[in-house]
Amino acid sequence: MRYLPHTAADRTAMLAAIGVDSIDDLFKDVPAGALLSGPIDGLPPHEGELGVERALGRMAARNVPAGSVPSFLGAGAYRHHVPASVDYLIQRGEFLTAYTPYQPEVSQGTLQTLFEFQTQVAAITGMEVANASMYDGATACAEAVMMAARLTRRDRTVFSGGVHPHYRDVTRNLVDFTGGTLVEADPDPTGTETLLDLLDDQTACVVVQNPTLFGQVADLSELADACHAKGALLVVVVTEVVSLGLMTPPGDMGADIVVAEGQSIGNSLNFGGPYVGLFATRQRFVRQMPGRLCGQTVDADGKRGFVLTLSTREQHIRREKATSNICTNSGLCALAFTIHLTLLGETGFHRLAELNHELAIAAADRLSSIDGVSVLNSGFFNEFTISLPGPAASIVDRLAEEPILAGVPVSRLYRDRPDLAPLLLVAVTETTTEDDIERLAIALGREVAQ
Amino acid sequence: MLKFTEDHEWVRVEGEIGTVGISDYAQEQLGDVVFVELPDIGKTIAKGDEAAVVESVKAASEVYAPVEGEVTQVNEALNDNPGLINSDAQGDGWFLKIKVTDASQLEALMDEAAYKAYVEGLG
Amino acid sequence: MNRQGRPTHTHVGKGPEDTFTGDRGLMAEAKLIFEQDSPGACGVDLPRRDGPASTRLGNVPVRSHVGLPDLAEPRAVRHYTRLSQKNMSIDGQMYPLGSCTMKHNPRLNEKLARLPGFADLHPLQPLSTVQGALELIDTLAHWLKTLTGMPAVAMSPGAGAHGELCGMMAIRAAIDDRGETRTRVLVPESAHGTNPATAAALGFTVDTIKATDDGRVDLAAFKDRLGPDVAAIMLTNPNTCGLFERDIIDIADALHEAGGYFYCDGANFNAIVGKVRPGDLGVDAMHINLHKTFSTPHGGGGPGSGPVVLSDALAPFAPVPFVVHGPDGFRLVEHHGQDGEAEKSFGRMKGFHGQMGMFVRALAYMLSHGADGLRQASEDAVLNANYVLAGLQDKLTASFPGPCMHEALFDDRFLKGTGVGTLDLAKALIDEGFHPMTMYFPLVVHGALLIEPTESESRETLDRFIATLRHLADRAHDEDGAEAFLSAPHHTPRRRLDETAAARQPILRWTPETTQQEAAE
Repeated sequence: MRYLPHTAADRTAMLAAIGVDSIDDLFKDVPAGALLSGPIDGLPPHEGELGVERALGRMAARNVPAGSVPSFLGAGAYRHHVPASVDYLIQRGEFLTAYTPYQPEVSQGTLQTLFEFQTQVAAITGMEVANASMYDGATACAEAVMMAARLTRRDRTVFSGGVHPHYRDVTRNLVDFTGGTLVEADPDPTGTETLLDLLDDQTACVVVQNPTLFGQVADLSELADACHAKGALLVVVVTEVVSLGLMTPPGDMGADIVVAEGQSIGNSLNFGGPYVGLFATRQRFVRQMPGRLCGQTVDADGKRGFVLTLSTREQHIRREKATSNICTNSGLCALAFTIHLTLLGETGFHRLAELNHELAIAAADRLSSIDGVSVLNSGFFNEFTISLPGPAASIVDRLAEEPILAGVPVSRLYRDRPDLAPLLLVAVTETTTEDDIERLAIALGREVAQ
Repeated sequence: MLKFTEDHEWVRVEGEIGTVGISDYAQEQLGDVVFVELPDIGKTIAKGDEAAVVESVKAASEVYAPVEGEVTQVNEALNDNPGLINSDAQGDGWFLKIKVTDASQLEALMDEAAYKAYVEGLG
Repeated sequence: MNRQGRPTHTHVGKGPEDTFTGDRGLMAEAKLIFEQDSPGACGVDLPRRDGPASTRLGNVPVRSHVGLPDLAEPRAVRHYTRLSQKNMSIDGQMYPLGSCTMKHNPRLNEKLARLPGFADLHPLQPLSTVQGALELIDTLAHWLKTLTGMPAVAMSPGAGAHGELCGMMAIRAAIDDRGETRTRVLVPESAHGTNPATAAALGFTVDTIKATDDGRVDLAAFKDRLGPDVAAIMLTNPNTCGLFERDIIDIADALHEAGGYFYCDGANFNAIVGKVRPGDLGVDAMHINLHKTFSTPHGGGGPGSGPVVLSDALAPFAPVPFVVHGPDGFRLVEHHGQDGEAEKSFGRMKGFHGQMGMFVRALAYMLSHGADGLRQASEDAVLNANYVLAGLQDKLTASFPGPCMHEALFDDRFLKGTGVGTLDLAKALIDEGFHPMTMYFPLVVHGALLIEPTESESRETLDRFIATLRHLADRAHDEDGAEAFLSAPHHTPRRRLDETAAARQPILRWTPETTQQEAAE
């Protein structure tokens, strides 16, 4: 077996050095009857690289990669172009096969990139500090709500109807188990909801998304003021971080905690994971922030270096009193994020956002020219909602046969809401071509006319 | 006179006010203190309940009230300079002052000699 | 760390070994990217805008400044290449970090995870276009269920601790479903910190159980703690001392008798894959760290993946989504009560469907090993740990008599009187070219050194590692021997770092002022 260095002679010699006769002498503490006498039934024997490539290649070939067809899928995961050097660099063994940087003298590579990552995340969100990443945007959102409850000593959370339902469900799950209350506004495709009626002086935080699930963008400054007047925090979710290259960031609108899905920068779609959750807040809240943090310091020679810090908040020290049970971050995805954002820089990040927005405007204008199709959003970034005369899901399924991946039908996320069934989320990125938009428009026009 | 608990807190009572901190032995065990969390003034804490939290780089410990009382003052200087606990644990590195409700609770605590013997016994 | 959290042996200023640039041959200094800003340069080429910008952002003002540095591609590539060279890694060094399972990460797995048919799938594509992805999840689930002897598995948790949360949520849901109130969770004192943190996060009270002198759960003490308010035990097996819990079946039986559930922390499953099935031991829920046992890369701290196998009693409460196989191929149940399924599901753990990229790697690892290879890998991991134990136990102080499972535990008694601590020994090991073992964990022994060689290390490397530790143990006892340890490491990009300063005045991001201060000093 190619991954196991020992020969039979090695094993024999090593058993002798240990002073036992057989390997099972080392398993003598296993209760009699529970120790298996041979390989488990029903699973194949070992296989060479070629065989494994064939087996998994066959499964991969049964799928339609989003990049192989016109694709307009978004709703929290976006297909962007990732420069080749990103994937090369993250596959360097020194990054790929290192552990959490607990030994800082031999982990400065990982630590310095985390410090750069934290600085980049704080910059794009317009916040003061950021942690070293979370599992994904949805879990980061749930952690933000827990953090707001600790800070305000309140346990009521208000969710906007524009937040991605997965984020709401993950949060609700944790809130239910910890005995809090989650109040939820009705789904809000047009961005006209007012949350002020739901806000009271028992509210720990209000969670909104910008752009919303439906693509609508809004200035949140007034909402932030209203929250603060009630002693509540404003948590802003961003599922498409490229928008931060063009839009005033949540930090400038008065957000107290910003959580985001960082997949768009540096990371492939990967059928939903692994992704990278971003988490940023105000300096004064840092001790209640979950997750790992990297900090700057000096070494014994007085040279600048980096360490994991404030770890007494974390589970491995604080145990049942930790701010969160989280142990890992999403290190390699955060590294990909950092490298891609470094390549983009100020100039590229802004231009990338502009490009996405320009193409989305072109797509919205083209699609709204179709009889029976209307765009619902007054303002959007690179995703918008269109209303169709019939159920969007069946049209999407038919177009998939062409194949065109026409977008995400809202019913995929809101199964129990027939009133939302005609709505389709359409996302456009720099990978979308004018030809893609035209093909979608023609196909939609045909379907709608039927 | 200083009185000590088995959890390495000390209390010095003058009149009805008791000053509370952690022992020199405790600060040495913790290493460099980097943060303290102090209680709200006016809060009443029962004997043995958590009064404060002290964190070093790689450990966090609760500081328990050696006797019951109402918090009248906390040592704000620790917020900016937690190193006071390392440099002068049983003096300037005090944590809080409480108005002692039941002075008889002091009798169960160790005096300096008894505490010294207790610490030596810990090896 | 050293005891104080800051280096005690410092020397500041230039010595004869210092160079003009500050670089030392292959050991290069690296500024932060923010200190390499070249405004107007760019590492990507994007189409230029023709004509004036038009926006449709409603009432949101356009952003004028973000605060990112501009670097062309060559500078960015050199920067991150140089940074990578400051890390130890499994590719480069033996990395015997106990409890973390730093085994070889095959590159085949990376290659396959990058096939467009997996990496370029959107999670919300129509199911007709992702049948192969669902098949892969279903196949991996089959392997996990078969290897553990458990009937069900929840695939979505994002890491081990997230899996714990999932398993304990299922337990809470099952107890609620029975209409009972159980608030107490028993956790052995040797447990990973995630266990009490997870139980507490769900509102349970954590009740710590003492260990016996031979490093295992005290069965009598455990039985004394049982009662109608006990929800579960969270037990790691093999435990964090690297020992198999001999009484595990008795523990499970007594717990079930009392109406509680058995959560097994599967962090150490890699010791027993193919040798013991947790389902045969009475386990109700166990997470599997795909990034440990099945070699998906640790990546400097994630991403992980933590599927949770569940017993029949807990399976109905599993989170959404999950894959089902019907007459028309694979389907995804994404909602509570969808198509009459997931009626009792406790909810959702994560956005979308779990760590697909990790699933591909883990399945590639499993297919490569096969049933026979997985068993052999476990045996070799246990063999290697016992070989280390045998090679060191007369020189270092083993905490418990062997045999151990996949990791060997020592404490610091052998260093008594030398002035050298566990940490100092670890730092000296770095200078010898090895990544240190896990230190100061588990908490049940003093100054713990937990060594997990994994099956990936050859006999030759193990011999070298053993010889090095024996040499260092002798040197610690030399007269004046301590000095060299206390100032180690010497041959690293940075020497010991001041963790006290980092924590007292946290600097968590770069600001322009940081650079100015650097320049002034």
